[in-house]
Amino acid sequence: MTFRALTLALALCCASATSADTPSILVQSTTSTANSGLYDNLLPRFTEATGIAVNVVAVGTGQAIRNAQNCDADVLLVHAKSAEEAFVAAGYGVSRQDLMYNDFVIVGPADDPAGVAGLTDAGAALSRIAEAEALFASRGDDSGTHKKERALWEGTGADPDAASGDWYRETGSGMGATLNAAVGMGAYTLTDRATWLSFGNKGDVAVLVEHDPALFNQYGVILVSPDRCPDVKEEDGMAFIDWLTGRDGQSAIAEFTIDGTQVFFPNAPE
Amino acid sequence: MRDFIETGRREAPRLTLSDLSVEIGGRVLLDRVEMAVPRQGITTILGPNGAGKSLLLRAIHGLIPHAGRIDWGQGAAPRQALVFQKPVLLRRSVAANMAFVLGRDHARSHALLAEMGLQDRADQPARRLSGGEQQRLALARALATDPELLLLDEPTASLDPASAAMIEAVLRRVAARGTTILMVTHDIAQARRIADHAMVMCRGRIAEAGAAMRILAAPATPVARDFLEGRLVP
Amino acid sequence: MNDMAEALRIAVTLVLSGDGDLWEIVLLSLRVSLSATALACLIGMPLGALLATQRFAGRGAAIVCINALMGLPPVVVGLMVYLALSRSGPLGTFGLLYTPAAMIIAQTILIAPIVAALSRQVLEALHLEYDEQFRSLGLGRVAAIRALLWDGRFALMTVGLAGFGRAIAEVGAVIVVGGNIDHLTRVMTTAIALETSKGDLALALALGLVLMVLALVVNAAVHGVRNSEGQLAHA
Ligand SMILES: Nc1ncnc2c1ncn2[C@@H]1O[C@H](COP(=O)(O)OP(=O)(O)OP(=O)(O)O)[C@@H](O)[C@H]1O
Ligand SMILES: [Mg+2]
Repeated sequence: MTFRALTLALALCCASATSADTPSILVQSTTSTANSGLYDNLLPRFTEATGIAVNVVAVGTGQAIRNAQNCDADVLLVHAKSAEEAFVAAGYGVSRQDLMYNDFVIVGPADDPAGVAGLTDAGAALSRIAEAEALFASRGDDSGTHKKERALWEGTGADPDAASGDWYRETGSGMGATLNAAVGMGAYTLTDRATWLSFGNKGDVAVLVEHDPALFNQYGVILVSPDRCPDVKEEDGMAFIDWLTGRDGQSAIAEFTIDGTQVFFPNAPE
Repeated sequence: MRDFIETGRREAPRLTLSDLSVEIGGRVLLDRVEMAVPRQGITTILGPNGAGKSLLLRAIHGLIPHAGRIDWGQGAAPRQALVFQKPVLLRRSVAANMAFVLGRDHARSHALLAEMGLQDRADQPARRLSGGEQQRLALARALATDPELLLLDEPTASLDPASAAMIEAVLRRVAARGTTILMVTHDIAQARRIADHAMVMCRGRIAEAGAAMRILAAPATPVARDFLEGRLVP
Repeated sequence: MNDMAEALRIAVTLVLSGDGDLWEIVLLSLRVSLSATALACLIGMPLGALLATQRFAGRGAAIVCINALMGLPPVVVGLMVYLALSRSGPLGTFGLLYTPAAMIIAQTILIAPIVAALSRQVLEALHLEYDEQFRSLGLGRVAAIRALLWDGRFALMTVGLAGFGRAIAEVGAVIVVGGNIDHLTRVMTTAIALETSKGDLALALALGLVLMVLALVVNAAVHGVRNSEGQLAHA
């Protein structure tokens, strides 16, 4: 038994050598870009053009930034501009570039107990939800979406934290899990449009509030600092960023659609 | 009180116990046992349930801590084997149980199994043998270690008369080759058939010891007499 | 209810179509969890045997600790391994984070205590039975432990299966140290988590069914080995 186990272990471990022969970079990314299927569209083109494979770890923006601070990334692709700028200012990243944008929407149950449908003012919508004490599912995970949601609450004067566990439900999970929770509870929640469009379990939840300039959602891309993290693959990482922000990458982003709808809008500076 | 067995021949005993006591959990289970086991022949230990017979064998075998002395005559302790009252067999085939002791000596294993009438059980899982067969296998395995002192705890307790007779014949042969045998038995008729020496135990003490013929025919102590006549309640 | 039927249909289609991605994920799951189980057995079983047979100072405390470690949350193990293997961590130079090797390490740490604790339980009973006989035969410690492991092999197979079951089913550790990277570290459980987060519940459930079948196959294989070696006869 022991001997067989040993042989098996050795065989399996030896076989676990990864494909180190092809160059690859590691990208810490937000879930919204990964779950929407954007990467399935972009990465093969980039790899074909450059021969560099891209490994994407999709987590919340907060965790992605922390992982990158631990040097566990070559490139960071997230959507929380001020946190990204802080990341660069602290020396963890080289320089931040705008990549693309989309927008957030507030989704909620079709019967709309707070009566927010059709509003184009997200702050007003949240105020009504708080007043009606209608269920609201928050990411509660320090992600880019969560940061945006907190910023929106700031402007309303309502204090959702006082209602935490009551009508304000913090899932502490990713966007998908939070959407599943919102559908399950019949709650409102804030989501980026890409995740919402590609989400498969919408139930009777629908987009109720959109097109507020405050719901603008900017994605940025950053090379992790090779000074701070000597293992960073600077050249390959930079190649990826250049490609994304260049003509090919930007048009590939624009071409990506979900059910015929464009979900990401390239806006890298020329 | 020192109960030495009269040995007939003037030969140093195989082992001598002096003042041997075993206490477990505050209970004195063997109480200052004094005895000598002659080098030649078969010595039986008789006594009621709970007398301490199994405990005595295990103490001699070095399996439980004890007070007092075990004196092996000249030199170190002899090679010894103990066949437990409940045979302990490995979860392997009969042959593998023998091989556990004998290694690759298949011929020897086969001969011993044949001596115990187990030759056609070799490939069977040991723990699927009948109770009597298991006891015979345990004895075969003990013999495989070539013991100079063989300790047997009721080796024929669950054997049919023919098998018991077979084992008795084996034991006589083994004893004749010079192995000292110390065995516990509840079968007084068996003791009469094969024992050269006997001792009666009760409540952790040796009540009487001596030549088997003499003790079994005319016990001198009341305890031994009561036991042999079936009146002793433990 | 609808989802259930749909999941079943998708599962069957996925398996029958020989979907390449699915097989990649299935094979990686097996490779990671079987390796972790093998390593955990190599560590845990001798450790269990030592605890079962040897008396030493601190043995009781060691047993309590190992029993308690059985309850380690996978995500905590994942975090510990992440911190160790992170490029800025003490073992960062090996570049193991976000590789199958990291997942094997995490799962090994997760299930080794289970294997050790259950092995101790199994072997202690056996040791009680065999101890005096082994001492009577003058067996050394190492020989005695080897004999115990061999004679306990059928029970220990179940122990190994318990470890494997926990490894193949857990998501918390592998998702942190593996990163659920497509074509590199995506296994069944992280794929299920991903599909769930995408709201594709039917596909997630279908993958879950495939995972259950996988566990069934492994268990049946071990059961087959046991029977062919005549476990019943040795009970
Ligand atoms: N490990 C132990 N712990 C406590 N008591 C024990 C232990 N082993 C034996 N005893 C006690 O010692 C006494 C003698 O036991 P032993 O097994 O020697 O009896 P025995 O003479 O062999 O009886 P039997 O004829 O029934 O086999 C019994 O009362 C038993 O309960
Ligand atoms: Mg007894």
